[in-house]
Amino acid sequence: MNSFFEFFSFADPNIRYVVLGSILLTASSAIVGSFTFLQKKALVGDAVAHAVLPGVCLSFILSGEKNPLILVVGAFVTGWLSLVLIDVIAARSKIKEDTAIGLVLSVFFGIGIFILTMIQKSGAASQTGLDQYLFGKAASLVGQDLVVFGIVATLLVLAVYFLFKEFTLIAFDKEFAISLGIPVRRVELVLTTLTVLAVVIGIQAVGVVLMAAMLITPAAAARFWTEKVITMTWLAAVFGAISGLTGAYISYVAPSMPTGPWIVVVVSTIAFFSFFMAPKKGIFYKMYHQSRIKANINDENILKALYHLGEEERNFYQQRSTEDILTKRSFERTPLFKGLRRLKRQGYLDEKDGLWTLSLEGKEKGQRVVKLHRLWELYLTEYLRIAPDHVHDDADTIEHILTPELEQRLEKLLDYPTVDPHESEIPYG
Amino acid sequence: MTTVRNGKKNIALELHDLTVSYDRKPVLWDVDLELPKGKLVGILGPNGAGKSTLIKAVMGLTPNSSGYVRLFDRNLDEVRDRISYVPQRESVDWDFPASVLDVVLMGRYGKLGLFKRPRKSDKEVALDCLRKVGMEAYTGRQISQLSGGQQQRVFLARALAQQADLYFMDEPFAGVDAATEKAIIGLLRDMSSKGNTVIVVHHDLQSVTEYFDWVILLNLRLVACGPTKEVFNAELLQETYGGKLTLLSDVGNLMKHQHFPNREANASRMNPLK
Repeated sequence: MNSFFEFFSFADPNIRYVVLGSILLTASSAIVGSFTFLQKKALVGDAVAHAVLPGVCLSFILSGEKNPLILVVGAFVTGWLSLVLIDVIAARSKIKEDTAIGLVLSVFFGIGIFILTMIQKSGAASQTGLDQYLFGKAASLVGQDLVVFGIVATLLVLAVYFLFKEFTLIAFDKEFAISLGIPVRRVELVLTTLTVLAVVIGIQAVGVVLMAAMLITPAAAARFWTEKVITMTWLAAVFGAISGLTGAYISYVAPSMPTGPWIVVVVSTIAFFSFFMAPKKGIFYKMYHQSRIKANINDENILKALYHLGEEERNFYQQRSTEDILTKRSFERTPLFKGLRRLKRQGYLDEKDGLWTLSLEGKEKGQRVVKLHRLWELYLTEYLRIAPDHVHDDADTIEHILTPELEQRLEKLLDYPTVDPHESEIPYG
Repeated sequence: MTTVRNGKKNIALELHDLTVSYDRKPVLWDVDLELPKGKLVGILGPNGAGKSTLIKAVMGLTPNSSGYVRLFDRNLDEVRDRISYVPQRESVDWDFPASVLDVVLMGRYGKLGLFKRPRKSDKEVALDCLRKVGMEAYTGRQISQLSGGQQQRVFLARALAQQADLYFMDEPFAGVDAATEKAIIGLLRDMSSKGNTVIVVHHDLQSVTEYFDWVILLNLRLVACGPTKEVFNAELLQETYGGKLTLLSDVGNLMKHQHFPNREANASRMNPLK
């Protein structure tokens, strides 16, 4: 706990560097990644991330030192080269893009690991820490790293700010963008460059292996919460920043831990949470919504059964037992009792000594369901030419979904009929 | 075909010997036509006849064309802000995070230019266009919640927001309900009566005489182009729809398989205007 306060008081300037650095890196790659995500190019980001490794290693061999600026340049060159290769392979051969991505990714990464092993075996003293680029290490961010990465991160955010409209349009409707005369190829080139840059600086925190997650996962999580590109981009940045901050903390308290996996675990947790909890799109919301509908259908069926009984005995407000209800329609016991209690609570039923009576509102609601059922049966026989003995099951579902507006249209279309195909009376309120 | 020799003031679109190829295989052969301004024009032909390809070639969306295209007697880049293109509705992902207004505002991006944000006046134009297509009640609606007909109306509003003189529309009636079709054709009529030229890829032969002033009959090559009354007859329809010219497509396939160039090198410089 001590280290927690020590870390989050940000008293130590080193901690401030690390925190600021990781947040910058993860947030800016999440912002750029939002557009990679919208363009449905998630795998391209993965390929670039892996292709960056040989660049990092080669520039280390050539320069003989771990200068961040030189490493960034090397990473940028091979990252870019991988993208060009993917395009060329896909355009000039029978190989499709997904295969080209797979090929380029593994070849570049293989070469990278090969050179990295060579450097490690050579025993160059200054190479220590180069393997951080595999899984990332936020705590190693210091002084000059922060300046270089900070500048790049600012550039990324500024570029997205100024080209936001164009990036969005191209992701949505590229042909239209071309028809407007927007320089689509050049704008795409900028976005590609930004993606490579985001990867190049992001690997410092996350590492090449998991960098693709840092590009795509924040945007994918954010997409669950919003229907606006601008909000999605902001949210992605926040999600990225949260995971970056956590990664920095872990890296501080447990220096032997690789940061990348932790960052990815945090951002994936956010994504999973969004997947289940987000309003409208989340799994739980959908389940809740489904169960609400089911309960509604159940309750309407109870009212319908009571209405049918009333119709038969020409008395709607008679007290009836659950057995009476079960003669009209089969219910399972638990949903039946739950439904009866709910309807009582809502004022559609009254109860006395275990016997149930329709209230005025309950009778009207039951009557509407019956009316919709019979109207729909008539509609099916008249307009879809379905035999009268085949329309019941269909109407049993549709009666619960028709809105008052559709009800009106149906009545008008059928010219306010009085009986359904089975000669049962259609009740009007 | 009528050619106006004395100046091309009244010509909205001129195609000169336009050949378009996909993967070296020509899908449109030597199309040569002129369309006057202010007409509502239908492009007709069977599936795979090259109808969409024709307007994509005009908009510079498909490469590999020989011959040339002139719009208002200019090259496309000189008059882009007077031309509007409406792609097929299915060509975009409607699950994209955007509202109806966002999409219509995209019609203003050409006038805005790079880096600039839509201004208040752009929003007003967009809202006005939404009113024209009867979608003003859906301004803030997510596009993923729209029906097919509503999606088409949104695309149309986006085109209107471009305030162009010449409109190319790729199947605006595909998969829309009868009410939307009626509303759209009413709007197109209105536009052409105000002097705009509207060129529409169309499928339904039943409605041709009712909808269009002019028709282009297409099947890998131009069969006919002219006023509906003169051109839309049984004989020319038979020529358009009565089976493919198998020799023509066989030659096309041969060019694809042998990686044959589309034009000999010196011949491609025929365009005197470039």
